[in-house]
Amino acid sequence: MARLLECRLNGRDRVDAVADNILLLDYLREKAGLTGTKTGCDGGECGACTVLIDDQPTLSCLTLAATVAGKRVDTIESLGHDGQLSAVQRGFHEKLGSQCGYCTPGFIMASAGLLRRNPDPSDTEILEALGSNICRCTGYVKIIEAVKFAVALGKQGVAP
Amino acid sequence: MNKPAPTHNIGGYVPMIDGPEKVSGRARYTADIVASGQLAGRIYRSPYSHAEIINVDVSEALKVPGVIAVVTGADCDKGFGVLPIARTEYPLARDKVRYRGEPVAAVAALDDDAAREALRRIKFEAKELPAYYTAEDAAAPGAVLLHEKKPGNIERDVLFELGSVAQGFAEAELVREGTYNCAEVCQNQMEMHAAVAEYDAVRDRMTVHASTQVPYYVHLMLSQTLGMDMSRIRVIKPHVGGGFGCRTETLNIELIAALLARKANGTVRIVTTREETFITHRGRPETDISLRIGMRKDGRITAVECGCDQRGGAHSGYGVVTILYAGSMLYAIYDLHNVKYTGRRMLTNTPPCGAFRGHGTVDIRFAFEALIDEMAAELGLDPFAVRRANLLNAPTFTDNDLMVNSYGLPECLDWVERESGWKKQKRKDKGKLANGNGARKGLIHKGFGMACSHYISGASKPVNWTGEPHATVKIKLDFDGSIVVLSGAADIGQGSTTILAQTVAEVLGLDLARVRVVTGDSEVVPKDNGSYSSRVTFMVGNAALDAARNLKAVLVNAAARKLEARPEDIECLGEIYRAGAQDKGATFDEVVTEALKDTGTITVTGNYSTIPESHGGKKYRGAAIGGTMGYSYSAQVVEVSVDEETGVVTVDKVWVAHDCGKALNRLTVEGQVQGSVWMGMGQAMSEEAAYFNGLMLTANMLDYRVPTIQDSPPIEVGIIESNDPHGPFGAKEAGEGSLAAFLPALTNAIADAIGIRFNDLPVTPDRVFEAVEKRKRAAEKRGGP
Repeated sequence: MARLLECRLNGRDRVDAVADNILLLDYLREKAGLTGTKTGCDGGECGACTVLIDDQPTLSCLTLAATVAGKRVDTIESLGHDGQLSAVQRGFHEKLGSQCGYCTPGFIMASAGLLRRNPDPSDTEILEALGSNICRCTGYVKIIEAVKFAVALGKQGVAP
Repeated sequence: MNKPAPTHNIGGYVPMIDGPEKVSGRARYTADIVASGQLAGRIYRSPYSHAEIINVDVSEALKVPGVIAVVTGADCDKGFGVLPIARTEYPLARDKVRYRGEPVAAVAALDDDAAREALRRIKFEAKELPAYYTAEDAAAPGAVLLHEKKPGNIERDVLFELGSVAQGFAEAELVREGTYNCAEVCQNQMEMHAAVAEYDAVRDRMTVHASTQVPYYVHLMLSQTLGMDMSRIRVIKPHVGGGFGCRTETLNIELIAALLARKANGTVRIVTTREETFITHRGRPETDISLRIGMRKDGRITAVECGCDQRGGAHSGYGVVTILYAGSMLYAIYDLHNVKYTGRRMLTNTPPCGAFRGHGTVDIRFAFEALIDEMAAELGLDPFAVRRANLLNAPTFTDNDLMVNSYGLPECLDWVERESGWKKQKRKDKGKLANGNGARKGLIHKGFGMACSHYISGASKPVNWTGEPHATVKIKLDFDGSIVVLSGAADIGQGSTTILAQTVAEVLGLDLARVRVVTGDSEVVPKDNGSYSSRVTFMVGNAALDAARNLKAVLVNAAARKLEARPEDIECLGEIYRAGAQDKGATFDEVVTEALKDTGTITVTGNYSTIPESHGGKKYRGAAIGGTMGYSYSAQVVEVSVDEETGVVTVDKVWVAHDCGKALNRLTVEGQVQGSVWMGMGQAMSEEAAYFNGLMLTANMLDYRVPTIQDSPPIEVGIIESNDPHGPFGAKEAGEGSLAAFLPALTNAIADAIGIRFNDLPVTPDRVFEAVEKRKRAAEKRGGP
């Protein structure tokens, strides 16, 4: 069965006909054409598909599209303002929190979710917030530096 | 006005030039490509480990609405493989299947649901054969052969003795031996394998987008398996989500996509599952090592005898090279003589192994550094002293004819010893407890361990020897004044594109923003062998250097004409060219305009070839493997806490020094070194590909345990610059050499903490717990702790 899904995707209201069994991940990538959100595993293992639903980091591969009706969904494509990268994006770029870049959208969205609810997290809070995202390139050292850099930028008023 | 000066682009912390795409979701990977009318491809895989194929009946699959084409082994009788001597693998199995999960048939359909339904309707009839899941079983007398031409199921055996081990052991004052087992591990790069193949039936042309490290090899194998002229094929490498050696050879996925596309007269996209990505494999083989070392009391090594058995899986892949590296790379780190190596690469009914990061060197280095650590302790020597007693005197050639020029290992040792506070720490913490309190007091032990490793900067002889230069780079300069670098080098996240841009910008003294790099499209860029064996910075970097110098010469000549001066008097200051300090000079744009008058659009070429002295020797069959223009060196200190009650080992900190010759980009060198160390940690502590009757049990990212951010330690990097005489600006490799040393540094640290040596990897909490309990029981039996 299909239904009409109304949600606010990256700041814009949308209405789409979606099958009841379609995953949010596939809705974003195939229906909305937002391929920034990545598929990295067979379900719930890697965090690459993390998006924000009402600011809460969520695995879009374990979420049915139909369940985001009436909610805000933000993907990697929503970040950045006035042509500038967001604080977290700048952190991952300038501090090399991203190498191959495939896990990066998931890490950035999980980090952005953290900083939206807690703009000055402790080290432990950063590790907990990113504990279910896998990166195979960096060894995480520079990812932690990237998030801390974003925290510092946040204090200067740059949005996460 | 500021004094004009060239911009410098080398040696700093430079973010990757393709970073903005990656952090904004705009970077497109193969699975992100959507062509109009694209079909979904799916692969039917063998449920048997070893069987004769009787029939593959696809008639019912073809009846599924929406199915456009089905291919089987009958559609392609040309083998493929990265080594010209071992092209025994078919895109889809023919006659036999040799591992569980080997592709047997594939379907292209209008949508994925139809493709999956078609797979369910394929009838696969086969006669099962005995299957072998260990090197030992495959080698047993009377075992059925996986490949007819490989008696004993041996893909390749290697034997050499250089010097005399008998004499070497006779000179030794301590001889010790050990056996070591390293579990099979997988690259598990974040992007699952994918390919999009577009067949243009009208023109008989094939375009393939592939998640590969080696677009050129994919091009070759597409031509071979499709029977199409190479000029009709185009290979495009989009952004690639990591490789680590998994994609250094053509994979069946891109070939199957192309076979389907041709049969369907259309475009087929295959995106594999994570499980299929695991099964496609090409990881590091399970390895059994027996090692015997002779040493004098001062730590000097007098003889080495090493046996190495690798469980290679069902097809050769890079296997012949892997087993050769394991032997040849015993050398080039320490001054060794009297070395005997016996290597055996076995064919087994498991997915094919390949060239995982640190190719061939890692497990051997683990055994070697663990055994000399153990011997050092027995002789009462500091682990650093034992390494220092065996340093090479570079420049030199090793007994197996490997050319060593720059050699920063002594400085690596000094750096990690100093920065880790080794002498102080060892005194303070040895045998002491850490963080223990209350009921847990006495159960957590601190330890420090160290080890060294090394790696090549590209193989001096490529596997596909054609006589061409090792690397070619072109630069285009046109009316707009932008420098466009054209290279076939595959950036897979390691940052090679950034390095090429920096190199060219440095020579021309221009801002990095003036340089763009185009890679990864065979229609546009010069051929490149690809991103493997850490060859790109060294070889393609040198070609880029050559091209940039050639472009600079063109610009200097044009400036000389414009300024009515002699070329040798022209000073290039990047944005300004002038004839002497008093001259106002001409701007870069003016010089470009002048230069274009001669030829129109300017294109220059740069080449690089290795020198014959670096090609390795001929003392045994395969002795060229190991030859390179420059070896990187690494030393590490690892600090651990071991919980005897739970068996949990925590890595508290790692200090690593890496000799990369010259850091062209300190940011990416640090990132590569940290990533290598961490990947070594995964292999050492938690990662293992496990099977049950040939079925991979760990083919997902929960059971295949990659360390998370919460498991991972701070990794402090020291960059050692030994300035290689042949490297671009003195640079050597940075992306692999630091992986291997972590493994022995870890087990050496655990031995330091609790006095137990672990020779089998991974060192999981179960294994630590069991070993501690065993010791406890033995002590109780003896009647006391």
